[in-house]
Amino acid sequence: MKPPGIAKWFAPGEIEAPPDAASAALRSDRFRLERETDWRRLEEIVARMEKGSIRRVNDADLLALPTLYRTAASSLAVARETSLDAATLGYLEALVQRAWFQVYGPQTGLWGWLRGFLKGGWSRAVREIWLDLCIALAVMVAGGVVGWLLVARDSEWFYALVPGAMAGGRVPGASREQLLDTLATENGADGLSIFAASLFSNNAGVAILAFALGFAFGIPSLMLLLHNMALMGAMLWVFASQDLTFNFLAWLSVHGTTELFAILLAGAAGLHIGRSMAFPGERSVLVAAQESGRRAAVVMVGVVLMMVVAAFLEAFPRQLLAASTDRLLIGATMLALWLAYFFAYRPRGTGQSEA
Amino acid sequence: MNSHRTGFVPATLAKRQRYMLTPEGIALPLTIASRGARVGALVLDFVIIAAGMLAVTLVLFWTLGDLIEQLMAGIEDEIGGAAELIGVILILFSFLARYGYFLGFELGPRGATPGKRIVGIRVAARDGGQLRAEAVIARNLLRDIELFLPLVFLQVAPTGAMGSAGIAGMIWFLIFMGFPFFNRDAMRAGDIIAGTWVVETPRANLAQTLSTQSAADGTSQVTGARYSFGEAELSVYGEEELQTLERVLRGGEENALAAVHAAICRKIGWEPGSGDERAFLTAFYAQLRAKLEGDMRFGKRKRDKYS
Repeated sequence: MKPPGIAKWFAPGEIEAPPDAASAALRSDRFRLERETDWRRLEEIVARMEKGSIRRVNDADLLALPTLYRTAASSLAVARETSLDAATLGYLEALVQRAWFQVYGPQTGLWGWLRGFLKGGWSRAVREIWLDLCIALAVMVAGGVVGWLLVARDSEWFYALVPGAMAGGRVPGASREQLLDTLATENGADGLSIFAASLFSNNAGVAILAFALGFAFGIPSLMLLLHNMALMGAMLWVFASQDLTFNFLAWLSVHGTTELFAILLAGAAGLHIGRSMAFPGERSVLVAAQESGRRAAVVMVGVVLMMVVAAFLEAFPRQLLAASTDRLLIGATMLALWLAYFFAYRPRGTGQSEA
Repeated sequence: MNSHRTGFVPATLAKRQRYMLTPEGIALPLTIASRGARVGALVLDFVIIAAGMLAVTLVLFWTLGDLIEQLMAGIEDEIGGAAELIGVILILFSFLARYGYFLGFELGPRGATPGKRIVGIRVAARDGGQLRAEAVIARNLLRDIELFLPLVFLQVAPTGAMGSAGIAGMIWFLIFMGFPFFNRDAMRAGDIIAGTWVVETPRANLAQTLSTQSAADGTSQVTGARYSFGEAELSVYGEEELQTLERVLRGGEENALAAVHAAICRKIGWEPGSGDERAFLTAFYAQLRAKLEGDMRFGKRKRDKYS
């Protein structure tokens, strides 16, 4: 077919008239010529919708779209039984498929979806994976305890659990002053936002990893949780040995309640996929993976948002607030907010399941 | 249903052909995107992302060069507020580029990133339903373990720095990387989680009707002769031959026309002339199609010349 000329740009609604239907020798070609104008109009609307936003398509065309789509679909059904014109059949199949992608395509776009997500979609998805949340929480607690016990028995374990660069001055045998120093505030806010942004990028990456590993039946996700919490337990032991448990927990809680919660969610989301693939029940493995995967994806978008919040909490309030009680207050407030949002916030009207 | 309809399909294509049932109950043929096309699309996308990042960085450099130098100097206490802001923007932008690019484009009306669009493929829901945001998010979050981690392990494991754990990890992740090669639908792990697959974008233009062309009624423009075929002459061929003839007529290559003309004449016992092949073939096509379509209306179908 010839490429459309310049005129086409100025009059996108115009469609060249097909040859007169009566001139066709074959009944199936007459069938085609009588309907061709509708097909071409549909093709033209679909092409404009594919190009960009729905706003470029005027209301009349938008209203006509479903009708034109059904016309083309029924034309295809008839043509398959009456016509042997391969070119027409191929065209109709492609046209109906393209129109189908638009008629049944994503209807909200990214922003519309985000609104639904914040207004209940997220908290519902979190509630739906409650069992995995419980398992992941148990694993995290166990990891912390194991880390503590290992280091308590033999402080060499600390170096095995905590990478040297991360430990800084926080090693077994460090003096109380050295440890307190690591908990102190910075002198000013300079450089902290870069710190926050890189923290976010890093932590979100870890969370996504914890989720993605769930695909392998959830086991790597749990191991990741276990390892991270063992590290935390070891660190806690170091501070506890100098009687700084409260200061350390307060320091940690500012962002920790948000960040650990997010890691918990990510691990649980990964576990959710792994568990449903290992035990699909009466569904096929593919269907089970798909249902849980979409649910877990919703949770994961939330995890990334929580990581943003955690990074800012870590960079600003924690480094600027000195008093342990203030730090603890912020941490506890954040935890209460998250819990309330996930488990108490159940808006009506958006309650339909999307899975 | 209708699998015979596709008629002339190369074997490699037939292997990738699937049918999707619309809510109207019509089976639409889909072609699974080839693995090569998908790799190509991915490479294109990464090139586009890298170019975008480079452009943003360069623009920042040109406009705010001094501040960046300050940032690169890296003495934390001396970084001013503006330089800090640029640092934040760069870090967040790279995160967005990595995840937002795929999400934003695949949720758009074409269901494809620019790379996929160039190659002519798109993402679709496997169950024939709507392509949901959750699905697009899920399939893109898994890219990390499918692509980036295997690449890291591939670099690290052979050096022996991680010992046997590195080797085990490498094999483990290679399984993920090779996932699309282990299933018929070329789904990667992300596709399985999301319930999606990647298909070729349908594209076809409506060709001219052949029976409105002047020779279709049997009269040649060149010689004025009128071609008319009898029942016996038309019943040697079936639908498959009709479609071959259609392709030849639409292709319009003179050599092919002559060859087919000679073959048909031999088959139906006519004396092949020359110079008027197109008129002969157009007339034969129209009359053969009229006969086959007429039989079709009575539920009689003749698949090819052997049936």
